[in-house]
Amino acid sequence: MDSPPSTGRLTGAQREELIEQVKQQVAIATAQELLTKISEKCFKKCIAKPSSSLDSSEQKCIAMCMDRYMDSWNLVSKAYSSRIQKESMR
Amino acid sequence: MSLDSVAEQLAGADPQLAQFLQAETQKQRFQGIVHSLTDQCWDICMEKPSSRLDSKTSFCITNCVDRFIDTSNFVVNRLEKTQSTFSSELDN
Repeated sequence: MDSPPSTGRLTGAQREELIEQVKQQVAIATAQELLTKISEKCFKKCIAKPSSSLDSSEQKCIAMCMDRYMDSWNLVSKAYSSRIQKESMR
Repeated sequence: MSLDSVAEQLAGADPQLAQFLQAETQKQRFQGIVHSLTDQCWDICMEKPSSRLDSKTSFCITNCVDRFIDTSNFVVNRLEKTQSTFSSELDN
């Protein structure tokens, strides 16, 4: 990213690769953010008092917590996008 | 360098690519807001995570999203109002 972009010199294949790269980077950023949040939230919910290892009830809690966090994410995404749609029709 | 500014510079040279980058930027912005809303509404609505998202929690999350946007709209509107009374007071 040192020189300014000049797409005049991009070949078709380079262009395709650039598009793929951007898509991938956006997907990675989302996944990373989600992972960080899930660890933070589920640690708080499931580990009341850290002991010498993750016991099975803690593991079960974390597994459920992960799934519920992703459910919540999808629900928020749906609610937010339908709200945006409503707002744009006003 | 942000995707948005790259897209701007590209607009003349490669409008199609610029459009793609703008769409990706928007997607990223949207997802950023979803992350932050999920974070906040999770703390408010989720008690103990169970084997499925129950209807009470789902209802709470949906309301949480809508009320957050209402709040943010309200703040903007009120600020606009106070600003216009401010400036009319200054005029007098």
